[in-house]
Amino acid sequence: MQLIECPWCGAREEAEFHYGGQAHIAHPEDPHALDDEQWAQYVFFRDNPKGPFAERWTHAAGCRRWFNAVRDTVTHEFLAVYRVGDPLPPAVRTVLATRTVPGAQPRQGQEATP
Amino acid sequence: MTVETPVRFSPLDGWQNTFERLPEGLDIREIPFLTQLSLRVEPGSPAARAVEDTLGIALPGPSCADMSGEVKALWLGPDEWLLVAPPDRSQDLAGRLRAAIGDAFATVTDVSAQRTTLSLTGQLTREVLARGCAIDLDPRVTPVGSCVTTLLAQAGVSLVVRGVGASSVWLLVRSSFASYVATWLVDACTEYRGGS
Amino acid sequence: MSNPFRTEDHGHIDRGTTLSFVFDGVTYTGHPGDTLASALLANGVHTVATGIKYGRPRGIMAAGVEEPNALVQIEAPFPEPMLTATTVELYDGLVARGLGGQGRLSDQPDPARYDTMHAPCDVLVVGAGPAGLSAALTAARSGARVVLVDELPMPGGSLLSGRQTLDGAAATAWATAVTDELAACPDVTVLSRTTAFGHYDDGLVLALEKRTDHLGAAAPAHVSRQRIWRIRARQVVYATGAYERPVAFDNNDRPGIMLAGSARTYLGRFGVVAGRRAVVFTTNDSAYHAVLDLADAGVRIAAVVDARESVPARLLAACAERGIEVRTGHVVTGTSGIERISRAHVARFGHDGLGERQGVDCDLLLVSGGWNPAVALFSQAGGALAYDPEAGAFVPAGALPTVRTAGAARGTTSLAGCLADGVDAVTQALSALDRSVTPAPSPAAAAAPPAAPGRVLWRVPSPQDGPDGSHQFVDLQRDALVTDVFRATGAGLRSVEHVKRYTTIGTAHDQGRTSGVLTSGIVAEALGVDIAELGTTRFRPPAVPVAFAAFAGRNRGELFDPVRVTALHPWHVEHGALFEDVGQWKRPWYYPREGETMDEAVLRECRAAREGVAMMDGSTLGKINVQGPDAGVLLDRLYTNLMSTLKPGRIRYGVMCGVDGMAMDDGTVIRVAEEEFFLTTTTGNAARVLEWMEEWLQTEWPELRVHLTSVTEHWVTIPLVGPRSREVLALVAPELDVSNDAFPFMSWRDTTVAGAAARVCRISFSGELAYEINVPAWDGIAVWRALYAAGAPFGLTTYGTETMHVLRAEKAYPIIGQDTDGTVTPQDLGMSWVVSKKKADFVGKRSFARPENQRADRKELVALLPADERRLLPEGAQIIATSTVPAPPVPMLGHVTSSYRSDALGGTFALALVRSGTRRIGETLYVALDGETVPVTVSEPVLYDKEGARRDG
Repeated sequence: MQLIECPWCGAREEAEFHYGGQAHIAHPEDPHALDDEQWAQYVFFRDNPKGPFAERWTHAAGCRRWFNAVRDTVTHEFLAVYRVGDPLPPAVRTVLATRTVPGAQPRQGQEATP
Repeated sequence: MTVETPVRFSPLDGWQNTFERLPEGLDIREIPFLTQLSLRVEPGSPAARAVEDTLGIALPGPSCADMSGEVKALWLGPDEWLLVAPPDRSQDLAGRLRAAIGDAFATVTDVSAQRTTLSLTGQLTREVLARGCAIDLDPRVTPVGSCVTTLLAQAGVSLVVRGVGASSVWLLVRSSFASYVATWLVDACTEYRGGS
Repeated sequence: MSNPFRTEDHGHIDRGTTLSFVFDGVTYTGHPGDTLASALLANGVHTVATGIKYGRPRGIMAAGVEEPNALVQIEAPFPEPMLTATTVELYDGLVARGLGGQGRLSDQPDPARYDTMHAPCDVLVVGAGPAGLSAALTAARSGARVVLVDELPMPGGSLLSGRQTLDGAAATAWATAVTDELAACPDVTVLSRTTAFGHYDDGLVLALEKRTDHLGAAAPAHVSRQRIWRIRARQVVYATGAYERPVAFDNNDRPGIMLAGSARTYLGRFGVVAGRRAVVFTTNDSAYHAVLDLADAGVRIAAVVDARESVPARLLAACAERGIEVRTGHVVTGTSGIERISRAHVARFGHDGLGERQGVDCDLLLVSGGWNPAVALFSQAGGALAYDPEAGAFVPAGALPTVRTAGAARGTTSLAGCLADGVDAVTQALSALDRSVTPAPSPAAAAAPPAAPGRVLWRVPSPQDGPDGSHQFVDLQRDALVTDVFRATGAGLRSVEHVKRYTTIGTAHDQGRTSGVLTSGIVAEALGVDIAELGTTRFRPPAVPVAFAAFAGRNRGELFDPVRVTALHPWHVEHGALFEDVGQWKRPWYYPREGETMDEAVLRECRAAREGVAMMDGSTLGKINVQGPDAGVLLDRLYTNLMSTLKPGRIRYGVMCGVDGMAMDDGTVIRVAEEEFFLTTTTGNAARVLEWMEEWLQTEWPELRVHLTSVTEHWVTIPLVGPRSREVLALVAPELDVSNDAFPFMSWRDTTVAGAAARVCRISFSGELAYEINVPAWDGIAVWRALYAAGAPFGLTTYGTETMHVLRAEKAYPIIGQDTDGTVTPQDLGMSWVVSKKKADFVGKRSFARPENQRADRKELVALLPADERRLLPEGAQIIATSTVPAPPVPMLGHVTSSYRSDALGGTFALALVRSGTRRIGETLYVALDGETVPVTVSEPVLYDKEGARRDG
């Protein structure tokens, strides 16, 4: 039972959390401006890296807040947790692979790359 | 047809006899029908200050509760508190809060019957809770006034530490889970009750 | 009855108390402090089991969890299979028998209790031997919160086996004194009979405490028999000791062949001599402790066979003093004996190979091939291991930031070294926690001369003709031979992980404690590679067998899964409802009357709702309060239809889709006020929908000023249904104008129902005139009773979920998750009307335009009418186009999603998802069942009151 550091409640057992998939994939501003291929990329395709990965989590059994985390998919170690809207912590910025979803604009402050 | 004020039933109505048979060292009581309001407001905002002025307390920070006054404030999330007051105060309290908030953005929702409150007291409390709760209830880690929303066994609870070393706590549990939690607590005491 | 192999004075047993037990039908006696194994040996019983594959007799080889052979089945007081005799504490009335591998589970429910305890701490010390005790003592004196676990009933670990002294007194006295001091510290928890079996993430160590097993039938029923400790430690010190390693030679599996250190344990801890005449085969100094202890206890040591050319003079002198012959440079090549070893075959083993064999008569052959540090838990924690060529063992390569090893677990052999190790390891652990350290001074141990190097020897070449090593066993529990290892390497396997799976070596209850490293050594020799490169197999939890009952703990019976109940539950129970599990909820399924079948009850309940008046408990519906200036904007983005245009006082049905355009949930939305909505979700999706809405709000649109609050359990919801519902409501809600004009369909009113503040909605999930009455949960029963009383003259009938399903299916109201499966759009459900054409966007809208979602052959919701109106189609049944099932691949057109008997329709009917379903209306299709096909007519999904004439009463 891994511990996950909720940005508000501190370390809690992983059973209190739900996973929300890859972080920093913003809903496209205008989905109808995208062609089918681009839209399908947004809906169906996500990264699956071996190593650090930015993810969304929610402290479902605690404060109900969604937050972001960078987790190493090899070791499961959480390299950083940060609140929605906060930029990627500098320490993990360089280790994250970059990715662009067609049409999906990173929200301000949530850029996946420096 | 004559209409009378209906008789209320709390989620743990009928459990008191069972609770009274618990071993020395753990006293469990349901505190039914408390007024409970969900308050959502940005901390530090003018609306939050208006609420604080109305209640006469400062809204407690993360994982803390202010249990000093008649209206108690339990931190549930970064912009969320549960205000707990004696029974039948929800209309009055909500009205005062909404008036104080005015046009600012903050919301108050009556959730009085959403949860019931269990008061656990006695030196066995901490050990009984440790059978199903991963929170470290050591007083150096979780002092009096702590308020954590977490899992007890397989149910979500908000746990308020009221006595040193969790010698007295409040458990707020959603009404549909109340009998599960009560069953679990009573079963957890089996060992202390002695052979029968 | 006395124990013929019991000494007068050794051991930590209570000779004053005699316990009686039965093994393989024979009654024996032993003493408190015995294990089943030690008690059997005290009675001269060595043969306790048979090999699983070859059926050869097997004895007791070890004294602890490393035992590969002595598997037993407990028969009384309660059947339990596959325990090792070496770990079963003896109790009066124990009945057991030896096993040939597999045991037998009881067919009776286990009456014992099991439980779980969380234990957060600064430092966890595993092992109460010299290293663990000194570590725990230093941690305790430094003021840390400490948990010390040890698998034995008494502290001391290896000290219990021998005759060491500390500070001039028996070392076990020191162990007891330390444990007493620890137990008196408020911040220290000392757990005996507790085995740490798994090291998980972030310092979580699980340990199994056997609390009452040793009491047998006297175990108090109210005390948990076993407990799983969930120890969350910031720092862990593994002082888990070491396991002795055997050497493989011909016929090395005969009863009477035992690890040397284990024989010493049987003497030192239990006062049992394992034989009268022993041969000791060793590759290292450690076995001489057993030689001297056993000799001094009166065992005749027929020969010490030492594989080394050179043996320390002090050991030779000590043997000579006792008249013991030491044959250096010799090995045991094989054994003779039928049920028990009777002779060891000894030969010189030099550079030129094996010399001539010579037999030495014995009833006990002790073996030592060196010691393997017990590194399983350290390795589970991610600790790296390194091969120590002198010890022939894998040892911890260094500490982890939060996990350390001490004593024999890290390869330390001397007593003084182990004591110092414990203090060192815990000092580092406390320093890592930024705590000051108060080291506990180590007691003085007798000076130990440096150990001479051992000879690393995995196996003795087989002198037999035929395949090399024909009866050299590696894993005695799996009956795996050296030849099996050779067969694996011969088949091209190069990894010990593959060899393990090919041979099954190391997969038994003992997790290869005596066979794992041996296998690596034999594989390395066979392949001509360096064992250091080859490594060992990976260690995984649980390190010892743990019963499922222990893992389940108290999550059994009524506590297996939370049972959620509504505020009306007591009434349903009182009135004989049968319940259906809907997720964690108990919902009334139907309310049978005396002598009624389910079908009869459901038809009666349906008729009441369609012709008179009926009510049900709808409280499990998810309910979310949505408040704030942007509440309408949020709902417009999440529902497929427009919600912001809803007027206060009005209600709208809505569907939510995922970004893929597939229906995710549905329910009603009430506009309470300009800035406040109240929405319902399906029962099973309540938490998920709230989380989904919060995800969009918190991560995507944080600028929206909206708050979401679950109020599911604040309200009791009572649907009051049927043409006469208006009359009943009027009786209990005197302030409410119930006329259709004043209170039209899809509107709501706040009023008083039976004296309780209520929100009444005109919503129908049946097509009939209906109301949903919401009151605070604590008023629920009173209001329900009032309705029940007021409705009595009208024949008001309570109904359950089954009737609800029939009523809604007759109207083709889908259940998301039953009639849909995540691949169904609102359009597929025939609900294009709920998809807004006006809104520029909402979640999922763009996906409707995907070519896949525009296909003409999408599966669509239709009704099926069986040709035989009595035929109830099974839900999930597949639909095909032909009356005979064609050759595979069979073209499948869809499946039945809902199927019921209908009183209103006069027969059975079903809902189904059918490819191009709406274009097949009127066609005959076939439902393929086992051995037959059932003809059905495809129909418009709405089968009852297509015009919607009944909703206003």
